[in-house]
Amino acid sequence: MEIPENVKKRLSIPADEHFYAGHTACQGCGASLGLRYVLKTYGKKTIFTIPACCSTIIAGAWPYSTLDAPLFHTAFETTGAVMSGVEAALKVKGYKVKGEDGVMVVGWAGDGGTADIGLQALSGFLERGHDALYIMYDNEAYMNTGIQRSGSTPYGAWTTNTPGGKKHFLEKRHKKKVIDIVIAHEIPYAATASVAYPEDFIRKLKKARDTPGPSFIQLFAPCPTGWRSPTDKSIELARLAVQTAYFPLFEYENGKYKINMPSPKKEPKPIEEFLKYQGRFKYMTKEDIEILQQWVNHEWEKLKKLAEIFG
Amino acid sequence: MEYKPIRKVVSGNYAAAYAVKHARVEVVAAYPITPQTSIIEKIAEFIANDEIENIQYVPVESEHSAMAASIGASATGARAFTATSAQGLALMHEMLHWAAGARLPIVMVDVNRAMAPPWSVWDDQTDSLSQRDTGWMQFYAENNQEVYDGVLMAFKIAETVNLPAMVIESAFILSHTYDVVEMIPQELVDEFLPPRKPLYTLTDFDNPISVGALGTPSDYYEFRYKLAKAMEDAKKVIHEVGKEFGERFGRDYSQMIELYRTEDADFVFMGMGSLMGTVKQAVDLLREEGYKVGAAKVRWFRPFPSEELYELAKNVQAIAVLDRNFSFGQEGILFNEAKGALYNTDAKPLMKNYIVGLGGRDFTVNDVRKIAENMKAIIDKGELDVEVDWYHLKR
Repeated sequence: MEIPENVKKRLSIPADEHFYAGHTACQGCGASLGLRYVLKTYGKKTIFTIPACCSTIIAGAWPYSTLDAPLFHTAFETTGAVMSGVEAALKVKGYKVKGEDGVMVVGWAGDGGTADIGLQALSGFLERGHDALYIMYDNEAYMNTGIQRSGSTPYGAWTTNTPGGKKHFLEKRHKKKVIDIVIAHEIPYAATASVAYPEDFIRKLKKARDTPGPSFIQLFAPCPTGWRSPTDKSIELARLAVQTAYFPLFEYENGKYKINMPSPKKEPKPIEEFLKYQGRFKYMTKEDIEILQQWVNHEWEKLKKLAEIFG
Repeated sequence: MEYKPIRKVVSGNYAAAYAVKHARVEVVAAYPITPQTSIIEKIAEFIANDEIENIQYVPVESEHSAMAASIGASATGARAFTATSAQGLALMHEMLHWAAGARLPIVMVDVNRAMAPPWSVWDDQTDSLSQRDTGWMQFYAENNQEVYDGVLMAFKIAETVNLPAMVIESAFILSHTYDVVEMIPQELVDEFLPPRKPLYTLTDFDNPISVGALGTPSDYYEFRYKLAKAMEDAKKVIHEVGKEFGERFGRDYSQMIELYRTEDADFVFMGMGSLMGTVKQAVDLLREEGYKVGAAKVRWFRPFPSEELYELAKNVQAIAVLDRNFSFGQEGILFNEAKGALYNTDAKPLMKNYIVGLGGRDFTVNDVRKIAENMKAIIDKGELDVEVDWYHLKR
C-alpha cells in the first residue's frame, strides 16, 4: 500500500518497509518486529550477518529471503568476526561505512549467540573498533532449538533444560549482564531498547548509525512460544519489563550513562507485574519472586548511581 | 614486458608474504600461531612501511574468527587471505566448511605442524589432511619457490572455480629455512592475476542476495553436487593455470603429480611436500647405484589427481607411498587415497605405505635408500611384508 507523503511526514516510525510479509516467525514474535524496525530505519544499504538463531528461519530458506537487504547467514559463534570482515572489505573497496549515506553493517544475533557462544567474537569486534552495529535481540533463551537456557535466561525461568520440578527449579542464576560486558570495552555507543518502545529504538539505531566506531544495542524481544505467554501480550510484557526496571532503557555514550525511561519520575512497578501471563515463571514461590525482586532493585540502583555519577 | 625474475633469499613464510603482496590481497585477517606467525608479521610490516596499499589487516582474536572474518570479506567481494597451523587449523575447521559451501575463493597458507598432544611445533601433514572433506583445494609445496608460486596460482584457480584453496608448506623445514626464491615483477603478476571479479557480492543493494540460508532437503543435495562438480572442474583449471604459469615464468605446474625420472622406473616413491626434495635427491643417488627408481610428487591432493596417478601406476611394478601423516584406525592418508583411486582400474602395482617423519622426525636420503632396499626385496618376492610400515619406530 502506498502511503501518501503528507501522512508519511506525520509518522514517528519510518513508513518504508524492507521486511517482507510471508516471513515464518511465530505469532507475537518480538524479534521479527525488531528486525522490521531495523530495516525501516536503515533501508536497503544494510549488510546483515545473522548466525544460527530464530532469524535464520525468519529470514527464509533458500532461495527466498524476507529481507530486502543483503544477508550472510553464518555459524553460531561468528557474528562479530564476519561483520568485521565485511566492514574491512567495504573500506578496502572504497565504500562509505556508517552515517546517513553510508553502508550499515549489522550483526543480528540472539541472546545465546551473543551472551554465550558468540561472546568471544563480539569482544574481538568491539575492541578492534570496527564501524558496525551489533544488535543482540534478547528473548532470554535458545528459542530456535526449542527453549533451552542461555546466559541471558533470568532467575527462576523454566526452560526445557532447566525445568521446574515439583519441589525446585534448576535455573538459579541471574541474567548475564551482557551490556555491562560490552561497556567494559569502552566503545563509543551502547544502549538497551525494547520492541515496546519503537521510537526510542529507532532513535538509538540512528545514533548507532551516526556514531563512528563499534556500537551495540541489546533489544528486549518477547517470545510467546518460549515464555508460554499469550501471543497478544508480547508488547505489554516488553513494556512491563521496562516499567518494572527488570530491563531498564538506557544509553552509554563515550563514558556517559543516560537512563531513558518513559516515565522517569515514576517508581518501578513490582516484578510480579512482568511475571504475569508467563508460564515460564508460574511455579515460582513468593520467596523466589522476592529473590528476583532484590536482584532487579540492586541492578536498578546500580544503574541510577552510574547515571548520577557518569551522567 | 620481458620476464626477469627478482631473486631474493627468503624463508618459506616470507615467500608466502611476498606472494600475498604481489597478489594484491585486499583483506588479511589472522591470528598468531607457531610456525605460521612470521607470514602475518611480514605482511603487517609491509603495511606499516606502506609497501602494500589498499589492504585491510584485521588482527582477530582466534583462528576461528580469522576464517570467519575472511569469509565476511570474501563475500563482500574482497580478495582475502589468512594463514595458520595445526591447532589453529583445527579450530577453523567449522568455518572451512562454511567458506567452501558459500563458494568463496579465500586462499590460506597452512604451515604443516603436528597436532597435540603431545605438544609439537614440528612438521606433520595430519593437520591439513584432516581438512580433506571440507571442500578446500590443497596444494603441497616442496620448497620456498613453490610456496610463492603456489599462492599466486591458488588465487587464480580459486577465483575461477569459486572454491577456497590451501597452500601447504612444512613447519621449519620450509617456514623458517632460507632459500633463493625467484619472484615475479609486480606488473607481470598483475597480468597473470588480474583483480578478482566475483559473481555475487553482498554489496549489490539493488539485487540483495542471501548467502548460506537454510537449504531444505529438496535443495541441499544439489548444492553438494555443484561443489563436487566445481572440484572436478578445478582439475582442468589447475592444468591450464599451471601451464600458463610455466609459459610466463618458466616453472611448469600443469601436472598435478610431478614425475621425476619415472619413465623407465621399476618402482617409484610417492609423497607430498618438502620430503619429496629429499626423495628426488635420493633418486639421483640410487640411479647411480643401479636402482631404476623415480619419484612422484603429489602437488594437488584436492582435487585428487586420480587420472594422473593411473597413468603412472600402470607403468610401474610398485609404489612406495611416504606418508608424513596418519589416519588412526586405518593407514597413511595418501596411501589410502591412492589405493582407492586405483581400485577400479587395471593398474595394480604393489603398494606399500611408509609412515615417516611424524612430528618433525628427521627423514634423510639414507632413509630413502633403506626404503628402496626394502622395496626391491618386496618386488623380488612378489608380495608385501607388511602393508603399513612405521618406518622410524624405536623397537
